[in-house]
Amino acid sequence: MKNKPLVQVKNLKKSFGDNLVLDGISFSLNTGENKVIIGPSGTGKSTVLNCINRLIMPDSGEIWLEDKEIVTAENINKIRQEIGYVFQGFGLFHHLTAKKNVMLGLRKVKKISKNEAEDIARFELNRVGLTDVDDSYPAQLSGGQKQRVAIARALAMQPKLMLFDEPTSALDPELIGEVLNVMKKLAEEGMTMLVVTHEMGFARSVSDEIIFMEGGKIVEQNHPEVMFKGPENERTRQFLFKLDDLYGKGGE
Amino acid sequence: MVDFLSQYLIIDIFISNFGRLMSGLRFTFTLTIVVMFFGTIFGVLLALGRSFGSKPVAWLCTAYIEIIRGTPMLAQLFILYFALPPYGIRMTAVTVAYLGFTINCAAYQAEYTRGSIESVSSDQFKSAYSLGMSRWQTIFIVVLPQAIRWAIPAWTNEFIYILKYTSLAYVIGAPDLMTQGKFIASRNYQFFRVYLIVAIIYLIIVWISTWIIDIVEEKLKIPGFG
Repeated sequence: MKNKPLVQVKNLKKSFGDNLVLDGISFSLNTGENKVIIGPSGTGKSTVLNCINRLIMPDSGEIWLEDKEIVTAENINKIRQEIGYVFQGFGLFHHLTAKKNVMLGLRKVKKISKNEAEDIARFELNRVGLTDVDDSYPAQLSGGQKQRVAIARALAMQPKLMLFDEPTSALDPELIGEVLNVMKKLAEEGMTMLVVTHEMGFARSVSDEIIFMEGGKIVEQNHPEVMFKGPENERTRQFLFKLDDLYGKGGE
Repeated sequence: MVDFLSQYLIIDIFISNFGRLMSGLRFTFTLTIVVMFFGTIFGVLLALGRSFGSKPVAWLCTAYIEIIRGTPMLAQLFILYFALPPYGIRMTAVTVAYLGFTINCAAYQAEYTRGSIESVSSDQFKSAYSLGMSRWQTIFIVVLPQAIRWAIPAWTNEFIYILKYTSLAYVIGAPDLMTQGKFIASRNYQFFRVYLIVAIIYLIIVWISTWIIDIVEEKLKIPGFG
């Protein structure tokens, strides 16, 4: 089963003006795998995720989702349906209730009937632990609830891959847990996930591999235990050491 | 006694010209509703063209909006009514009123709508795209409904504005409330009292409209959003 990766990123490059943001990024992701990208701010982590569903067009390189190449794909909307995306700022549609937020993609993109879309929406909202928010508008929800609606909305499309772009960075510390728990559960259910986060506890306990990026390059990618106990690269060591100072030892 | 008398005279003038005043009011009101309806539709299309259209489309929409907003309403009515006939385009005063005010209203509605389109944050585009929605799907299903919610107060303000500014129709003799007032006054020479009556009718109509608009705006609110 795992002989061909679900996602393959090959030598990805992107500049914004004179600023080289991605300088040859390559990695792959097998079905069911969970990888976490860490690294200092402004290092291109989010840009990698944005390139994978082509919200940002890379300058060069290849991105493969199974046997489809994304950078040169003609119908990107088709491919985006297979990639769930969770944003730092939730990105919920403000004029729609939680349930309708989840239903919109099903109705307008997948053209599923209203009843069926409603059933799926309820199921997915339940799956992220939300039962009473069907008819609430985004502005009536807490940050944690908003982010879980956003996750449910992405899941409803039955993606092959879920991208998480700092999903807890806009949340109060008290609300981070509820979102991380949903993500943990998804990982346990076998969802393929690529997560940009500063939550070292999550990275350590859930991910199969940690990718450390800096200056648009992958400095080191390794199993979390190796990364936390004895990273091969000196720079990785410094970064994780600093995070330990800030947030306490990852997952301990 | 003088107060009482003048008050009596207003009522007297009002009653004796009731039919004419009401027919003027009916015209003013119909004109406003029709102008608002088409002006808003064209305004939204212009705003979409200016915000999301291809370069030539955006340029054309911008040119229209800026030319109409940059010239006096009165001049626009005069051009339609007096300057076009020599070129073979003849319209009745009523047609010119409907057309002229709609052309003008559309430009303003476009700018109100564009303002609120731009206040819809770009993350709405990103999350719609990430679900596989196309650009125009996103614009019509996600961005525009939100933008319209934001634009409603400005739109209703425009309604009040149009309601009063249709009084300019008197310069071309379209049978609106103002024209009827002018007609009555020119016969009885009671200019002050007649225009006072006209002003009071406008005031009452504006109050009632504002009251209804407030109710509608309240109904269209998105909880916690606006």
